[in-house]
This record gives sequence, C-alpha cells and structure tokens, in this order.
Amino acid sequence: MASLSLQNKLAILSDAARYDASCASSGTTRRDSRDGKGLGSTEGSGICHAYAPDGRCISLLKILMTNFCIYDCAYCINRVSSNVTRARFTVDEVVQLTIEFYRRNYIEGLFLSSGIIRSPDYTMEMIVQIAKRLREDEHFRGYIHLKTIPDAAPELIEQAGLYADRLSINVELPTDNSVKAYAPEKNPETIRKAMGDVKSRKDVAKERSYTGKRGKRFAPAGQSTQMIVGADAATDATILGQSTRLYGDYKLKRVYYSAFSPIPDATAKLPLIKPPLVREHRLYQADWLLRFYGFDVDEITSARPDGNLDLEVDPKLAWALQNRHLFPVDVNRASREMLLRVPGFGTRSVGRILSTRRHRTLRYEDLQRLGASLKKARAFITAKDWSPGELTDSADLRARFAPPPEQLSLF
Amino acid sequence: MYTVPLPRIGADVAWRDAAKRLLGAAVPPEDILWDDDGTASGLFATQTPLPPVTRRIKVPQSFVELANTVVWHNDPQRFARLYTLLWRLRHQPGLMQDRADRDLAKLRQMEKAVHRCKHKMKAFVRFRDLRQGGERRSFAAWFEPTHHTVEPTAPFFARRFADMDWMIATPDVTAQFVDGNLSFHPGQPKPDLPDDATEDLWGTYFCNIFNPARLKVQAMTSEMPKKYWKNLPEAQHIADLIAGAEAKVQEMRDTAPTLPPQRAAAIKRQLDRKPPAKE
Ligand code: SF4
Repeated sequence: MASLSLQNKLAILSDAARYDASCASSGTTRRDSRDGKGLGSTEGSGICHAYAPDGRCISLLKILMTNFCIYDCAYCINRVSSNVTRARFTVDEVVQLTIEFYRRNYIEGLFLSSGIIRSPDYTMEMIVQIAKRLREDEHFRGYIHLKTIPDAAPELIEQAGLYADRLSINVELPTDNSVKAYAPEKNPETIRKAMGDVKSRKDVAKERSYTGKRGKRFAPAGQSTQMIVGADAATDATILGQSTRLYGDYKLKRVYYSAFSPIPDATAKLPLIKPPLVREHRLYQADWLLRFYGFDVDEITSARPDGNLDLEVDPKLAWALQNRHLFPVDVNRASREMLLRVPGFGTRSVGRILSTRRHRTLRYEDLQRLGASLKKARAFITAKDWSPGELTDSADLRARFAPPPEQLSLF
Repeated sequence: MYTVPLPRIGADVAWRDAAKRLLGAAVPPEDILWDDDGTASGLFATQTPLPPVTRRIKVPQSFVELANTVVWHNDPQRFARLYTLLWRLRHQPGLMQDRADRDLAKLRQMEKAVHRCKHKMKAFVRFRDLRQGGERRSFAAWFEPTHHTVEPTAPFFARRFADMDWMIATPDVTAQFVDGNLSFHPGQPKPDLPDDATEDLWGTYFCNIFNPARLKVQAMTSEMPKKYWKNLPEAQHIADLIAGAEAKVQEMRDTAPTLPPQRAAAIKRQLDRKPPAKE
C-alpha cells in the first residue's frame, strides 16, 4: 500500500471523527504554563476556536488514531464491512499535530478516538501512549479527551484517566436491543461496567486517604457519552429515560445526542435518512430542562401520546401549553421553581428577576432589560403593568408559536 | 471644569486614579471632560490639575469589576458613563443590584460586548511560526478587535503560551511576550508575516471535520461573524464547503451499498472464535 501523506491521513481521520458530537473543553482543573516549562492552559470555560458551516464549534483537534476497525457497527463509517479508504497515524504524528495546532492557537487540545485494531487492549494502549507522550514529554497542559474502549482492560482505562481531562464511552444507541442489532460485537453490559469503573475511580480520587492526601487527579472534567438518534425506532421518552439513568447512575457530565447522519458507503441494514436535526435540538432542550429546571421525564414527554417531543415548539413551551391552569404567574411574587417554568425565562433571567424585585416592583419593560424573551413569556405572566388577560387561555395560543404550516403546492 | 486625558495604554489605571480624586473632591459628572485619545485636550489651553487624593473611597466590588471591563469598550462616552454611575452610587448603595436601572443596564450591555470581544480574541488570534531558530520558538499574529481588548486579554496568552515568544499586533495596541515578559506598544499597520505550512493542515482539518449533511450557515456566522474572516486562514474554505455540501450528501445517498471488502469475512471469523468482550 502506498503510504499516505500527513495531509491525506488528516483528511481521512478527521472526516471519520466528525460523527462524534462532543467538542467540549470546559470544566476541568485550572492550569497554566506561567512557569515557562510547559505549554498550555485550561481556565474553566472552554473556547470555540472556529465554527464549521454546520454551525458546530471546533474546540479540539478531533481525530481518530486509525479508521481501521475489526467491528461491524452498522451506523459507523469505519465498520469492517465498509470500503472507505483506511489510514493510521503514528503516535508521533498525533503528538506533533496537536502541539503545532495548539501553538498557533487553533485548538484547546485533543479529542482522540479510534477504530479497534488487533484488540481492544492494543488499541487502548496506543491511545494511552499518545496522551502520555503529550503530558510527559511535551509537557502539554491543554485539554485532552480520550474515547475509552469499553472492552479494554480496566488498568488501561485507569491510566487513561490520569492523563485525560475527560473520558467518554459511547452507549451508541438508546436501547440494549438496538445495540445488539446494530453493533453486534458490542455488549451494553460491558459498556455500563466500564462507565461504572470510571465513576468509582473518580470517587476514589476525590477521597482523602488516612494520611489526608488526596488521590491522583482522575479525569477531572468527568465522563460523557453519546447516543445516536433516529437510527432505530426508540422514542424520545425512551431516550430521555435512558439519559436520566445515565446521569444518575454514572454521574455523567453530558449525554450527547447525535442525529443519525448519512455516511459514505452506508450499509443496506440502515438506509440513509435526512439527519433529524430538529429532533436532536429538542432532545438537547429537554435534557437541559431535566438537569437545570426541575422537570422530570414524564412531565416533558407525556404531552404527546406517541412519547415523542413536539417538533414545532420547544419542550418547555409545550409543557406550559398543556398546563395552562398553572398560569399566569406573577413575576413579583412567584417562587424560583415556578419562574423557571415560564417559557422564555432562562436560569439567568430568573436569577435577575429575584435579585431585582427586592428593589422594585417589576414592570413589563423591566423584564425586557433583564434579558427575558417576552415574546414567549407574555402569555404566561403578570407584572405591575401587565396582564395577559384572555391570552393565556386563548385557543390559538399554540398557533402563535408554531411555525406556519408548509405551503402546499400543486402536484 | 476638569479635562482628563486618558492614555491609549494603561487607560484602566489612569481612569481609576482620576475618578478617585474627582469623587473625593465631590466633582459632579457635568464638570468633567473625559478625553479619550487626546481629541479634546486641544480645546482647553490650560488644564486644571486633578484634585489630590484626600480620602479612601469605598465602592461595591461589583462596580470595580464592571469598570475594569467597560474601560476597554470603544464608546468614547465610556469613562463619563462609569463616572456618572459612580456618582450615583454615593447615595444609592443598592444600585448595583438593580438590573432594570437604565444607566446600569447600558453599562452591563457594554460590559457584555467587551467580554464577547475578549472571548473572540482568545478564540480567533492565529499565530504564524516565525522560524527564527534560537532556544524559544517565536510566533506572531495580526488581529483586529472591535474594542480595546488587547491589554486585558494578553495575560491569557501569557499564561497559555509561556514557553514561546509571541507578538499580537493590532491597529490599536501591540502586545509582545519575550523571554517571559509581557509588554505593550503602540498599534501598527498589518505586518508582513511569513507563510506557515501548518495553516494548510489546519485548513484540511476544517474542511473534513465539517459534516455536509448538517449545513447550518447561520449558526456558524452568528458565532464566527464575517468581520473576523479575513484574518482566519480556515475561512477561505467556507464558500466552497457550503457550495459543495448538497452534492456530497447526494453522492452518499446515490452510492448503492457496496459489498464488504474481503478482509471483513476473515476478521469476522477470527472474532467469532475469540470474543473480545471480557466479562
Ligand atoms: S467499534 Fe467504533 S469505530 Fe469500530 S465500527 Fe463500531 S463504532 Fe465504528
């Protein structure tokens, strides 16, 4: 086989990595290189250094070590049965690319993942070796996210956590049955066990030993996972139920939803669809409501009998429209919990409402200055000089928010 | 009437010092002309010296933070607006919590604009390798920020790129980091920087991490506004990526599923013999 240029390899191995949604580089320990002996820093919130025309943030160099893979996951561009061009980076190439990109301020760090070559252990060893080189030889203090291979030996995963800021293991599909059907070599049990191992390693790292010393830093930015949406028949209720369990059982930092997206050389088993981007967006919104707004899954998904989210309006608005008897809410009196449920109010505007109403009775105009979206909120609130009157219960309220029906054309 | 000239470099400290003196002497806002950029000082031949520091003035910490950010905004009125708020704070100590106050709301808006500008600067500065040899590597960038954000953002680059020398040149102020020392100099026209081959690799990455099936141009431009594109090497590819996206996706749809390569069967046989999943 003719050897590929670095440019060609980079093209192939970033193309293969783009189906992973995560590009986060936030939430790790604060580090810098002011001592002049290393390169890089991390300061809480990550930075998006560029945006691709798909609107997604480019924060990390997101690549595969190799796209050779011995597994045959139907949704994946790298599966053994696909005819895509294969490539493999050397350890040195990944290290140099990361460092040189970083020095030019293109990236926050590296997100390394890989197809499985030879065996899960061998692959994981190579991944760990790259992270180790970056940290120990290059003194790299930027962000490292490593994709963990669930079947690899726990010792290897443990090592990965010592070098990485974040570890992730993808659950891939929302149900065990779908995993069995579309990722035949993967085992949902093993995936969960690996996530459990990471969680307990993190717990141990946090505890102090009897000498009062803290354990070694272990994946300080936590672990995340990804689910592909729209490849199987799972409903949004199933998907969000799964997320809730994952957040609870493994203390995941994030669950990413990735709309099943056309890949080159697809398999007949999974016909290509238009990626369900709106559905993906609604799932993220619902996920947010579950984590920061005090909603639970049933409340969000019971609005429709088929267990799916309303695609036309956002899940909070959908809930409010279903529960109009609870509105309007008085912005000068209502509790934080209730304010958080008003469509158009975010956690920030609620915080500002609470602090400002100590000084004055809020008017409609004040709310605008506090950053609330009144186009949505106005039907659901009262303020000093504002009452929605009949609006809250009007029959066409939903229609005001939903996009107009698509125009029909002659056939 | 006091005219207070403010220097381009170090305006934060100069403003704070003057504001302290003036407030200490109870000089009302309408008696002060804050002279950004030396445009007004010519109008008044004689300058009244600033009052001496008389007493220590206490202001809410949140005001200090607000002022430290707003001083870098490009609005010529920024110094006057800050002083007016400071003046009002004497009698309205709770003012900083009133998010609905007009003066404060305007300053908060300006603060947000500066924060955003700083953030975009951290994101969009692109260094080029000067390949100068020597012990430390050396890089330089040309950048055009919206506000005067070089000074407050340079320490970020110093914390991050401490083992190399670098320069960020802007029309406004130039930041230089040599042997671990950060310094500021007057702005300059765009310097001629050498080509850097790594920019091609970065372009390759940018083109391939893009998923043509998810084209969302507006989501990109709202976060990466066009005004930055001319200094971003990757931006030269954007037009082609957008133009070719549909055809690429169509191609994926049209290609009928192919037969698996031969090695797939062999690998499958091996895996079936020896299941990799450990229990
Ligand atoms: S193991 Fe990973 S890389 Fe390999 S086919 Fe499955 S999803 Fe793709």
